[in-house]
Amino acid sequence: MSGTPHGRSRALNGRERVRPRRPEWAAPEYPPGAIPLPVLAAGALSAPGSAQTTERLVGLDRELNGPGWSPEMAELRERGAAIRRETLADLEGYLAQLTGRVEANGGVVHRAATPADGRAIIAGIARDNGVSMVVKSKSMATEELHLNRHLEEEGIEVVETDLGEYIVQLADERPSHIIAPAVHKAQADVTELFGQAAGEPVADDPNALASLARDRLREDFRTADMGISGVNFAAADTGTLTLMTNEGNGRMVTSQPRVHVAVMPVEKVIPRFTDLATLLPLLAHAASKQTLTVYQTMVTGPRREGEADGPERLHLVILDNGRTRLPGTRYEEVLACIRCGACQGACPVYRTMGGGHGYGAVYGGPIGAVLSPLLADGAQHRQLPFLSSLCGKCYDVCPVKIPLPDMLVDLRADYERDRRGGRAARLAWRAWAAAWTRPLVYRMSLRAVRAADRILGQRLLSRFPGARVWTRTRALPPLRRVGAFRAWRRKRA
Amino acid sequence: MPDRVALFATCVGDLAAPGPARAAVEVLEQMGVTVEVPAGQSCCGQPALNSGFPREAAAMARCWVATFEPFPAVVTVSGSCAGMVRHHYERILDGEWRRRASALFARTWEFTQFVAAYGEELRPRLEDTEQGTVTYHDSCHMLRNLGERQAPRDVLAGIGGVRLCEMRDPDICCGFGGTFSVKFPEVSTAMADRKLDQGQATGARYLVSADAGCLLHLSGRARARTAAAPAPRHIAELLRDALAASRGQGELR
Repeated sequence: MSGTPHGRSRALNGRERVRPRRPEWAAPEYPPGAIPLPVLAAGALSAPGSAQTTERLVGLDRELNGPGWSPEMAELRERGAAIRRETLADLEGYLAQLTGRVEANGGVVHRAATPADGRAIIAGIARDNGVSMVVKSKSMATEELHLNRHLEEEGIEVVETDLGEYIVQLADERPSHIIAPAVHKAQADVTELFGQAAGEPVADDPNALASLARDRLREDFRTADMGISGVNFAAADTGTLTLMTNEGNGRMVTSQPRVHVAVMPVEKVIPRFTDLATLLPLLAHAASKQTLTVYQTMVTGPRREGEADGPERLHLVILDNGRTRLPGTRYEEVLACIRCGACQGACPVYRTMGGGHGYGAVYGGPIGAVLSPLLADGAQHRQLPFLSSLCGKCYDVCPVKIPLPDMLVDLRADYERDRRGGRAARLAWRAWAAAWTRPLVYRMSLRAVRAADRILGQRLLSRFPGARVWTRTRALPPLRRVGAFRAWRRKRA
Repeated sequence: MPDRVALFATCVGDLAAPGPARAAVEVLEQMGVTVEVPAGQSCCGQPALNSGFPREAAAMARCWVATFEPFPAVVTVSGSCAGMVRHHYERILDGEWRRRASALFARTWEFTQFVAAYGEELRPRLEDTEQGTVTYHDSCHMLRNLGERQAPRDVLAGIGGVRLCEMRDPDICCGFGGTFSVKFPEVSTAMADRKLDQGQATGARYLVSADAGCLLHLSGRARARTAAAPAPRHIAELLRDALAASRGQGELR
């Protein structure tokens, strides 16, 4: 990538040799709303590799969600759901407690009201500490900030160290799944990508590919000035920030560089350290049916006297982006989310579109269709709740029982209530309800449809607005049978 | 068993698919139930709700409750509409209407639930073995809003000569989703194709479901696409035909 800072990072070596083949909407900086959502969704469906991704995701869904909740896990789910709601009942109280504890532990806490505030805070920390290279572990909050591009514009090299994130960074894409950012890539795609970055063919073997990434990243962990991480859970009573990873990169990022910046949205706070006993296994189970992730990294303050490693400075950036407006509204429970990604893999619409890029937002899938329009910068995503067949599977798999299907329905109502130019639709639905709540008018409308079918015929009927879209891929039902059931009843009576 | 039920034919039954409602009447009558079809019925309101118009949906819901309240029991041929009554009415209605809706729901049955509960005397049998292999599609709303997986399978198991051949993922959405099917037609159609392909892979002659909405979508797609597919069929029609066949009255379609 020309124009981006490079030189120190070994992992990004050869990044400029990569020839991105992504559709424009998969780019990290895709401007929301640039392509109308129905066009985008259709594009994602037919994009190269999409059908292959669908098959992988369907297989994964069978494996992960086939067995359902065992009695033990169902109990853990109830406990987790209760803890998350307890948190939301006093979100500001727990955030204040967390802030006090992190500061007492020697960290610095920042509240970022907007993504712009968050970017400015983190860029400021980088400047103050003379940072020219950053290693990052996985963080969806930093995706909301579009942090990488911003830091690069400040002349800072940013290296994603989660394997999936590293893959999408090299490919100049954004994550297509909350916990499996490169789930839309086949092994062959990664082989080709790594080969381009390396400047020579690499072995098409998962272990070899992982080793290659590990080799390239190792040096960067050692030499980076600053580590940026997400946070899975922040315990208010101890100020402990917990990161769950399977690759150990979270541990490297939070312990090797001299500065550690942890970024979390407000809802990552939990009341007590002991709640981790419930939430860690629950998240691991929901995300990947693991008993626990391979690494649990717990950060309670920067390096203390006499400790062998750890950063000199610890900053915690708490991002709002409209979230604190939600408690007390009917969307409050969306903040119970623990970012497991289960609803994404379980969603047939998400799978059919080959992953989350087709949602055109930072967060795709059911949680994205609910959360994205609710964020302060979510105006461009208000149609997303319609991108769901309302099948309800997302609720079945949600480890904290967020009523996502109901929220999708409610958000549709909000959209129709507020949208400009929606007057005709509103009037039409009102007229529809007025007609169909009157038996006589309802039966007249049935007769009208039958007459239309007789007079115009199916070919002309297929050109009507709703029917035209339907009949592109589906046959119309035979409308000559409209009202046939009632006629049959009358005849028998 | 309630000796008198009101049948909710649904708007899909009135507009597009009269067969299932008629078949349900015939089956219920054979069970010895008096079936009434209240003339005031139209639609449960789901299309409005899912399109973003809960106020209009609530008007339909009140109308639905008032229409069916006088009856000791309600039977409907659409799992999705029953799910709407159960799950969403309490969300869009308030006060007295909510109470009345929930009292009415307590005696509202999806067709296969009613047959599974009270139809043990029926002896349906399909003699034509060619018709015998079926696969069953779980409608999402019947499965999740109504919580009903077993009743339709029990009904199928009760039909002599029928073999249920489960497809790989019977509980994955067929892609209909009401307004979704026209707002995102490509995604919706791809989902229907997956469903039809899985049905075809079982070798079944019929892809049976208990939901008129899914069937509207699946039969529309099955007729328009070039790839082969099992014929989408409502479970009430299959059962009615099996009853007719076992009584030697023919009328097989």
